[in-house]
Amino acid sequence: MTHDILLAGFGGQGILFAGKILAYSGLMDEKEVSWLPSYGPEMRGGTCNCSVCISDEPIGSPLVLEPSILVVMNTPSLEKFSGSVKSGGVIVVDSTMVDAKVDRNDVKTFYIPATKLAQENDLAGGANIILLGKLFRETNIVSAETFKKAIEKVVPAKKAALAANNLKAVKLGLDYAD
Amino acid sequence: MERNLMKGNEALAEAAIRAGCKCFFGYPITPQTEISAYLAKRFEAAGGVFLQAESEIAAINMVLGAASTGVRAMTSSSSPGISLKSEGISYIAGSDLPCVIINVQRGGPGLGGIQPSQADYWQATKALGHGDFQLLVFAPNSVQEMVDTVIKAFDLADQYRMPAMILADGLLGQMMEPVTFPEITSKPLEKPWATNGHGNKREHNIINSLYLQPDVLEKSVIDRFKRYDEIKENHAEAELYKTEDAEIVVTAYGATSRVAKSAVNMAREQGIKAGLIRPVTLWPFPVKQFQKTAETADKFLCVEMSMGQMIDDVKLAINCSKPVEFYGRTGGVIPKPSEILDEIKKYVGGAK
Repeated sequence: MTHDILLAGFGGQGILFAGKILAYSGLMDEKEVSWLPSYGPEMRGGTCNCSVCISDEPIGSPLVLEPSILVVMNTPSLEKFSGSVKSGGVIVVDSTMVDAKVDRNDVKTFYIPATKLAQENDLAGGANIILLGKLFRETNIVSAETFKKAIEKVVPAKKAALAANNLKAVKLGLDYAD
Repeated sequence: MERNLMKGNEALAEAAIRAGCKCFFGYPITPQTEISAYLAKRFEAAGGVFLQAESEIAAINMVLGAASTGVRAMTSSSSPGISLKSEGISYIAGSDLPCVIINVQRGGPGLGGIQPSQADYWQATKALGHGDFQLLVFAPNSVQEMVDTVIKAFDLADQYRMPAMILADGLLGQMMEPVTFPEITSKPLEKPWATNGHGNKREHNIINSLYLQPDVLEKSVIDRFKRYDEIKENHAEAELYKTEDAEIVVTAYGATSRVAKSAVNMAREQGIKAGLIRPVTLWPFPVKQFQKTAETADKFLCVEMSMGQMIDDVKLAINCSKPVEFYGRTGGVIPKPSEILDEIKKYVGGAK
């Protein structure tokens, strides 16, 4: 089983960090994983995306061109990538940031106002993790327990407060039914 | 051993520290800057010297100086920066000094772009500077191999007193994968030729690449090429994947070999007998492995992120005994598995 995941949005939304947490979650589950950022003259406000592969097999190309899972945090990314999602795939959309709807009936699309939820819960910048929570709720690619281990691995001990915020954020996504 | 996620560039830098590298001189350039950044942070505590030079040219000459004293020295850059280093690399080769040079390739020519490329193959394997010389050239294709080859590169460079290059690319440098660091078991070689302090207890050593007498220079070059012959005999490496019964054998190195392997697997699922031969060392080129593969394959397909550079070595290795086709993307474009699959199908007459 291979999950080809693409996360996309603006620079500064935590796209690369969310991808890193996903990759670490795969690592905690003893899977093969890869993480590849778009790199270049991007900066805060520019477009940004990141490919994550989680698989039982060694990973071939780490560049995800036809994702089985797409997480989007802005409209340009939805327009650019929603057509490339594999039939039967999953799209998770931050509906605070994206007005558009996915015009496909062969993929499962979930909308969650992640940025709004983050603001309401005093978790500014946590929309990326709320989206991951929603993704875990709908796909089981990573268990909540594994995610917790990944967070503890990635967030340094001296910033433990951030770990708590991330766990709070993922719960918001896990609990969100649309 | 614990698996950690690391970027290729950072893992390579960590491996260099563990391999006993004591001096790093470099100048920043995308997409290899994480190597410098990592060493700037970690090297001092590990007993090394990190120095950001005023230019690539200064950096490579600092490597020459450090290597002359017998310590393990390294520099890293990306394509345009490697061109700047070429004079110094020739001097290092002419002085019989070991060192490790990293090239995290980006698109060219000129300033080119910053996305992954393999267009420096000719430069690395044929002409990294003036004069008769070679570098050891390694082509890792994963973050773990970035680690393993940097250790091997230091060992072989010391053993044969010559520069070694790791020819990576932006994709390998930027991606994160699980990595473990092997225990280093090899012991550093004695370097009786080093020009370091000795309290007048022995004859002084000279490191030099200037020989004004043609016969003396000729002898030094011929002696060096005898060592090259030994390396060609003993250190050429390739990975063979499903080649035993393959009608078409795809060949690719570095990041492209991963895309090619995906394409080979897709072809196999469609009943096409495809295989992959991946050079792990580009110099020495794995000639024997190619010759063996050519005994059974009908055709080769060389895939590169360039307009076709390694393909010449493939044809030479098999003495043009089988047709060698080419597919490449360049300028920073990474080929897709589906594109390579289409090429495979073109040459085997479609899916069976």
